[in-house]
Amino acid sequence: MINLDWVKDYIDISDEDLKELAVKITKAGINVEKVISSRIDNLVIGEVLNCVDHPNSDHLHICQVNIGEKVEQIVCGAPNVKEGIKVIVALPGCVLPGDFKIETGVIRGVESNGMICALYELGLEPKNDETHAKGIEILNTDLEAGTDANEYLKTNTTVYELDIHKHRNNDCYYHIGFAYEIASILNKKVTLPECNYSENSDCVENHIEISVETDKCPYYTAKMVKNVRIGESPDFIKQRLLSVGLRPINNVVDISNYVMLEYGQPLHFFDKNKLGSKILVRNAEENEEIITLDGIERKLQSNDIVITDGSKPVCIAGVMGGANTEVDEQTTDVLIESAIFDATAIRYTASRLDLRSEASIRYGKGLSFEYTDAAIERACHLLEKYAGATVLKGTLKHDKANKEKKIVTFKTDDINSLLGMKLTDKDVEKELERLGFMYEVKDDGFVVEIPYRRLDIDPNVNDIAEEIGRLYGYQNLTSTLPVVPSRRGVYVGDVKIRKEISKRLRALGLNETKTYTLVSPENAALFRYNDVVAINLSNPMSVDKSIIRTSILGSLLEVFEYNKARNVKDILLYEIAKTYDVSYQEDTKVAMLVKGNYIINNWQNIENKCDFYLIKGIVENLLDYLGFKNRYSFVKAEVDSLHPGISAKIMIDREEIGIIGRVHPSLQKDDVYVAELSMTKLYEKTIKPIKFKEASRYPEITKDVAFVVDNEVESEVIKKQIKSSGGNILDLVEVFDVYNNFEAGKKSIAYKLTFKDSSKTLQDDEVMAVFNKIIADVEEKLGAKLRG
Amino acid sequence: MEEKARLLAQEVNEKLSNVSTLEEVNELRVMYLGKKGPVNELASKMRDLTVEEKKVFGKTLNSLKQELSDNIEAKIKFFEEEKLNAKLSSEQIDITLPSTKIAVGAPNILEKVIEEVEEVFMSLGYDVVDGPEIEEDKYNFELLNIPLGHPARDAQDTFYIEDERILLRSQTSPVQARTMIAAGGDKPVRMICPGKTYRRDSDDATHSHQFMQIEGLLVDKNIKLSDLKGTFDVIVKRLFGEDIETRFRPSYYQFTEPSVETDITCFSCKGKGCPLCKSTGWITVSGAGMVHPNVLRNCGYDPNVWSGFAFGFGAERLAMLKYGISDIRTFYNTDLRESKVFDRRDV
Repeated sequence: MINLDWVKDYIDISDEDLKELAVKITKAGINVEKVISSRIDNLVIGEVLNCVDHPNSDHLHICQVNIGEKVEQIVCGAPNVKEGIKVIVALPGCVLPGDFKIETGVIRGVESNGMICALYELGLEPKNDETHAKGIEILNTDLEAGTDANEYLKTNTTVYELDIHKHRNNDCYYHIGFAYEIASILNKKVTLPECNYSENSDCVENHIEISVETDKCPYYTAKMVKNVRIGESPDFIKQRLLSVGLRPINNVVDISNYVMLEYGQPLHFFDKNKLGSKILVRNAEENEEIITLDGIERKLQSNDIVITDGSKPVCIAGVMGGANTEVDEQTTDVLIESAIFDATAIRYTASRLDLRSEASIRYGKGLSFEYTDAAIERACHLLEKYAGATVLKGTLKHDKANKEKKIVTFKTDDINSLLGMKLTDKDVEKELERLGFMYEVKDDGFVVEIPYRRLDIDPNVNDIAEEIGRLYGYQNLTSTLPVVPSRRGVYVGDVKIRKEISKRLRALGLNETKTYTLVSPENAALFRYNDVVAINLSNPMSVDKSIIRTSILGSLLEVFEYNKARNVKDILLYEIAKTYDVSYQEDTKVAMLVKGNYIINNWQNIENKCDFYLIKGIVENLLDYLGFKNRYSFVKAEVDSLHPGISAKIMIDREEIGIIGRVHPSLQKDDVYVAELSMTKLYEKTIKPIKFKEASRYPEITKDVAFVVDNEVESEVIKKQIKSSGGNILDLVEVFDVYNNFEAGKKSIAYKLTFKDSSKTLQDDEVMAVFNKIIADVEEKLGAKLRG
Repeated sequence: MEEKARLLAQEVNEKLSNVSTLEEVNELRVMYLGKKGPVNELASKMRDLTVEEKKVFGKTLNSLKQELSDNIEAKIKFFEEEKLNAKLSSEQIDITLPSTKIAVGAPNILEKVIEEVEEVFMSLGYDVVDGPEIEEDKYNFELLNIPLGHPARDAQDTFYIEDERILLRSQTSPVQARTMIAAGGDKPVRMICPGKTYRRDSDDATHSHQFMQIEGLLVDKNIKLSDLKGTFDVIVKRLFGEDIETRFRPSYYQFTEPSVETDITCFSCKGKGCPLCKSTGWITVSGAGMVHPNVLRNCGYDPNVWSGFAFGFGAERLAMLKYGISDIRTFYNTDLRESKVFDRRDV
């Protein structure tokens, strides 16, 4: 929050429309989120010259009011209106709180050109019986009729609410820093406030000594004042503090806040008489305790910084003071501290203690020592002026600050080649002037010194280019295209196969999902078929998102339940996502889930219900598409979270690449089928290029055969035997019938065998010989019986 | 003989004109053109003729055979067509009855948006690169000019896995660092790296602890900020329409300097001002800037020789703007009633 009236102390912006200025500032990179104005337009001081009763009313009055250049007739209902008083007049065009528009009108037959106002009508007092009874506000008679009433009412304040990026959050967070930013935009000069005061002959060294024993406090200064009179702050201080959201307390405490808001430098005031005669700044001891100003006992750690009186802590440095040295009504002598502390340490302490004070916020952003001295001088000035303080001679100082100057040497061309602008040396000089950066022209170039307050600027040409570019204006940037060879980009690594799988699964009717990588312990406990350990986050937001998943299936099951609860019947899903195990091994997985109908036509009684064989078909279709035809197989296996009788491992070249099956009925009563493949493994395998194969020109011969086998014998085993016995001329083996309860413990499977020779017409006896061999082999090796 | 043939032809043609079924035509064919039919009978009489006569009568006989068989065939064809037409007209169906529904698969909305962006960038020569989601601090922060203790780290509020060394990436920028390092400091780089990122946010309508970024990078010689502007002009016109303009506003990011925020003409009101753009006529879609010299240096590129720009879009934001989605959780719920709409090509 920046109060623009306050800013006016340091820079002349009296000619500026503050709304337009906000736009200019935003365009230059500091986002003014809101312009809050308390001003009410068309509100003037008026003098009631004449007041008579309204002929058609028992309480209204008709007043002739001098509003400066003329006299207006105004009808007023307040009981306290009378001739000769000065009042606040809202003229036509004025908009009062509650969007109440004042217009010229006729009240009970009498013309009225405005309204004489009560404070509650202006929103300056609450509306209640008391304020209502008070009636209109009667002003001091020496006010001049026709002048702007906002001046008198102090409703002239405009406050900017800023949304500043981290970088500028230090130098644009206080009024003088913000004045510099405005100065660079408007090309004006900043005047710093008065800091003079008279010093007593008594020396601060006679009263206190300081020492610093931590490198987290590079700069520490202190001054002492005596004889302060605690009381109320002057109005302007109270109003300014309130306008930016700070509560006035007393003149002394308010001054420390006021100076902080001016210079960005937090000050700490110790009651000198409670403190004693020593200041020692050091790292806290482990478990050291202090009661802070808010009355809470805090336990410290060794990476906190404390101010001590030589033995016990009196302040958590940069965060909050201790109750033991607090300034109160009885305080007469004050030790003023103005210091620099390590930003990271302050942030750490403030966040650990959950103690976000005005000071810790500012220290946490990082602070330059540029105004550390000025702030303490300014505090002395104000304490002398508004608290009757006597300032002691001398300043205590510990100074290990890095004062290395930030110097950048560059040529105008360097800026132009970065920005793609055509600035001249003159342009650059002009912008540097505006920025208030010290510079020298040397060897056709510039040597620029960056002010300490601009912590965001590093000594790089890029940083200078940014400052010049944003002030010069990016609207002056003419678009060009990079001069680079033209080419088409490619999907690098496994991105391509991911896209291919994704497209294929969508074409096969599965819907793409995207779920969270972080899952709950319940979710993580499912589908642990991989035999890997999952990663538990060290700082999760909540338990339900605390584990990095090793399988996507748990999340797909949640999506299934989400949709089922919303009455979606056919739920076919897939997701491709990275999974990780505890050794950070990445495995990108393709997960699928199907439930419901795949193909449906109700009036024809056609429905193809999703079952094991359907999802198996989807997996096979995908693997064929990816070039793995004839290289994969399904091996029956018990898989975690899957139905023990309806589950398998998916193998390619004898390596397990995934699992498939029905979700265990104890997890999900519905018959939900899932599969999950390792895309990482699929990507690693090489495939052969597509080869054209001419269709055989010779007729094929088909033969049917059915075997009766034990229930345990798998179809695939019989097929393999048929294939190996069939030799080269056996082209295809297809199951066309399965009869499960053929006889006790037996099943019958019928195969259609297709024989083909690409070089000649097959003779029947040739085929019969092979066919008979197949039957004999299957019977002998698999205990099968030819079904008659 | 000649006369007999003529009479025969006349007789057959007459009978043909009177038949009413396919069967009758077939009977006629057997009767006249069959082995013991009158045509063959005539032919058998050939042997009694002289050579000269044979020559003449042979011709007559052939043309008779041809004529009869043509006429019979034509009649057969006529009846077959008639039969087919009768069959077809009896086989009418109600084509308005519902079709057989085959499962259809819709893409995830974010993936759809990302693919559109990828397509535009690939056409401009940018490769699409993927990277790990579990990252080292070095790639996620250090190389990107965000050293330990830097306040920008707090803002990103990272999920840590092992001390402050291993983390869930809080941005996709580490892929840029990895790509630059892999390119070895002496080759140009043009890439985008869409992917998941994670930050410690509580999920609500506008926040998500998991979200997707589409970041990109171009490193070459003599690259300027105006090139970034020009590139954006092309990209936004391709993504949002030819009448869309770009505007740069100064901004600050740790890994770019100068940094800008990119606004585009509000595609809902075309700049006139509407609720979507909060009456400004502009919508912020991206953060971008010239790659910070420290980042170039950290990743093996000499900033005195090489320069480049980097940019980042939020996939969720793009999708929310494009499709008027107000709740970020929409992308992660997969409500099939909502996602079905996206199974189609778009304008």
